[in-house]
Amino acid sequence: MSKTPKIALIGNPNAGKSSLFNSLTGLNQKTGNFPGVTMEKHTGIWELEPKRSVEILDLPGIYSIYPKSIDEELVINILGDPKHPDFPDMAIVVADASNLKRNLLLFSQVRDLGIPTVLALNMIDVAENEGYVINSIKLARELNVEVAEVNAKKGIGLNGLKLSVIKTLQNRFASNDALPLPVSDEVIQEVQANFGEAEMYRSLLWLMEHDRMKMFSIQQRETLDAIKSKHHFSSKKYQSEETVKRYEQITEVVDRCVINLNRQWDAVPVKTWTDRLDKFFLHPVGGYVFFLAILFVMFQAVFTWATYPMDLIDGGVATLNDWLKGVLPDSALTALLTDGLIAGIGGVLIFIPQIAFLFLFISLLEETGYMSRVMFIMDKLMRRFGLNGKSVVPLISGVACAVPAIMSTRSIGSWKDRLITILVTPLMSCSARLPIYTVLIALVVPEKNTLFGLFNLQGVALFGLYLLGFFMALVSAWVMKVILQAKEKSYFIMELPTYKAPRFKHVAITIFNSVNAFVFEAGKIIVAISIVLWVLASYGPGDEIAQSEAKIRLANPTLQGVELQNKISADKLEHSFAGHFGHFVEPAIRPLGYDWKIGIALITSFAAREVFVGTMSTIYSMGGEVDDANATIKNRMRAEINPATGKPMYDAALGFSLLIFYAFAMQCMSTLATTYRETKSWKYPLIQFSYMTALAYLSAFAVYQWLS
Amino acid sequence: MANLADLKIGEKGEIVGFTDELLSLKLLEMGCLPGTEVVLTHLAPFGDPIAIRVSGSYTLSMRREEAETMLIKRT
Ligand SMILES: Nc1nc2c(ncn2[C@@H]2O[C@H](COP(=O)(O)OP(=O)(O)OP(=O)(O)O)[C@@H](O)[C@H]2O)c(=O)[nH]1
Ligand SMILES: [Mg+2]
Repeated sequence: MSKTPKIALIGNPNAGKSSLFNSLTGLNQKTGNFPGVTMEKHTGIWELEPKRSVEILDLPGIYSIYPKSIDEELVINILGDPKHPDFPDMAIVVADASNLKRNLLLFSQVRDLGIPTVLALNMIDVAENEGYVINSIKLARELNVEVAEVNAKKGIGLNGLKLSVIKTLQNRFASNDALPLPVSDEVIQEVQANFGEAEMYRSLLWLMEHDRMKMFSIQQRETLDAIKSKHHFSSKKYQSEETVKRYEQITEVVDRCVINLNRQWDAVPVKTWTDRLDKFFLHPVGGYVFFLAILFVMFQAVFTWATYPMDLIDGGVATLNDWLKGVLPDSALTALLTDGLIAGIGGVLIFIPQIAFLFLFISLLEETGYMSRVMFIMDKLMRRFGLNGKSVVPLISGVACAVPAIMSTRSIGSWKDRLITILVTPLMSCSARLPIYTVLIALVVPEKNTLFGLFNLQGVALFGLYLLGFFMALVSAWVMKVILQAKEKSYFIMELPTYKAPRFKHVAITIFNSVNAFVFEAGKIIVAISIVLWVLASYGPGDEIAQSEAKIRLANPTLQGVELQNKISADKLEHSFAGHFGHFVEPAIRPLGYDWKIGIALITSFAAREVFVGTMSTIYSMGGEVDDANATIKNRMRAEINPATGKPMYDAALGFSLLIFYAFAMQCMSTLATTYRETKSWKYPLIQFSYMTALAYLSAFAVYQWLS
Repeated sequence: MANLADLKIGEKGEIVGFTDELLSLKLLEMGCLPGTEVVLTHLAPFGDPIAIRVSGSYTLSMRREEAETMLIKRT
């Protein structure tokens, strides 16, 4: 048995590689209608025939084999190095058939690298709509490869593709009619003399791009540079000549194989849907208005529409808990199960509707093609603040989670723009902050009030917090731009794809997967921390807790019943390990209006902010009213009294101070780890952590002092 | 000589050359070759960035300063 053949999907950004990957393997890689969705390699298995499978490799998109950003570099490192573990046995070049010439540039380069290649003409439906008639049999003959027409989105034409792949794998046929390259043979021969026999074009790629390729040692790079200077070889000049030459050849081929019916008789181009929509979405004023309106609707939806299913879940969990407390013996274990575990899980489940709405909107923005319009209208504004139109993608997807958002910065060509984007993206309010916002807003913002009778005031407050995060990200970016002072050139040469109808099945799967990840990933941490916290809050150093009851009885001889019980459990909590930790940090957070109980929540959410709500519900269920029916976390916090003033603890000053703190604070280990991975230095996660924490502390302090 | 940034919405031009070598490499591989027809189709708010249709086949956006490096002949 030979090993499973490897097939790489290569193509321009947004050509439909990931869609094809999903159709072939049945997996669910992220797709989206803008260039630069895939940032890493992904593998899957495609069954060609019974008992005969191949491994499929999905890769980031590239326009040519000369990379311009980090995601593109990855592809060249694989294709340029035959010893690379991912070096493919053959390639499927996925081409957007509605834009064939530009897509064939890459095809011809991959073919000349000596990799057996099949050409998949994707988006055949789009091409047809635009009036293209493609003679693919003729195209196959002219290009000397197997050609298959497919619709990756709908999974049409896969059998034809299968056939082409099987034929190509059998013949191991690599075209050898490499283009007469505009370079002297001597240069190539010298590279080959030093680095072994290889295709001419591969040797040339080494000569030109060795700085970006991991396969070369420093000495080898010096050798290659020496060859370059000896022969006065200019990479830029060569590359520009090569591109022009390839396009000349491609134009000839395409003119023979493709006609456009729309342009045949009529000089006036047909108005497409994309033109009509862009008139509206790219309007100098209307474009901004529309974008703001979309965001606003999104947050109204997250806050108002989601409340109905949320109330159902909340009620369900409370009912379950009451029932369990009724049937189970009154013991510490029951308390752990109900107040610790189930309350913790309920705290996760309740946010499913909101997370689902959030991901619904983001996925619609991405799938329709509107996202790249947002990049277009925001570029100028973003640039002022040291960012880039492409920073819009990380910033918007940061509303879901900062980890994939930071990874999506890889398509930003300029290092300075990319670094600043990475550093400020966690200021966007991610979905883990949503539960915190929801609980706190419900406490301090009245529900009934409506602005002009139209909007839910709580929804407006939520929108405000998201805007605040965005605004702070811009301001921080501007400060970093001033500090960094880099003069590095960035550019914004980007394709605006045509609008495409979203596939509802795909959107549904995306939402399901995201919700799933939220419930299980966040759920695990929350449950684990809830249990640890419950233990820490039930036991204390020495016999402080054991003596609590006697002490309280002695101090308050007249107190009886429930009131006495409450005083005792409050005192027990205060003398537990958790209580001691809380008291330890209290002096530092007093100026922000926080007491030791909030201190405990701050400590637990240090590594993952999503545990805040769970912690609060554990703390208030243990230290507060016993046997309070329908005691949701909201009601418990509302009932909390500030011992100093005798007024409700969660007044506007404390509520907003906490909201601001959680909006700005860096409380997420995964994000810091991702920043480390993407910047390859501990310096940047450290900077990120420090500036965000400082920002959170100072702003919360200012808000508390101003409001109280 | 006119450059791409001089065009008004709906105006056409033919690419004749570039003034920035590094940017020209990116533009060339995106299909903006000398002789290609371009039409200015959209301006972002404040006139920057701009979007052009490249030889009738797809829409490309770029910043004004980048457009200034592309020399054109009005048609
Ligand atoms: N109409 C139509 N749309 C398609 C087809 N194939 C893909 N799409 C859509 O085109 C968009 C881009 O698809 P992706 O699969 O994400 O493209 P990609 O090549 O992986 O893009 P990058 O990862 O950014 O390089 C998505 O919105 C798809 O739904 C097709 O055959 N017809
Ligand atoms: Mg992809």
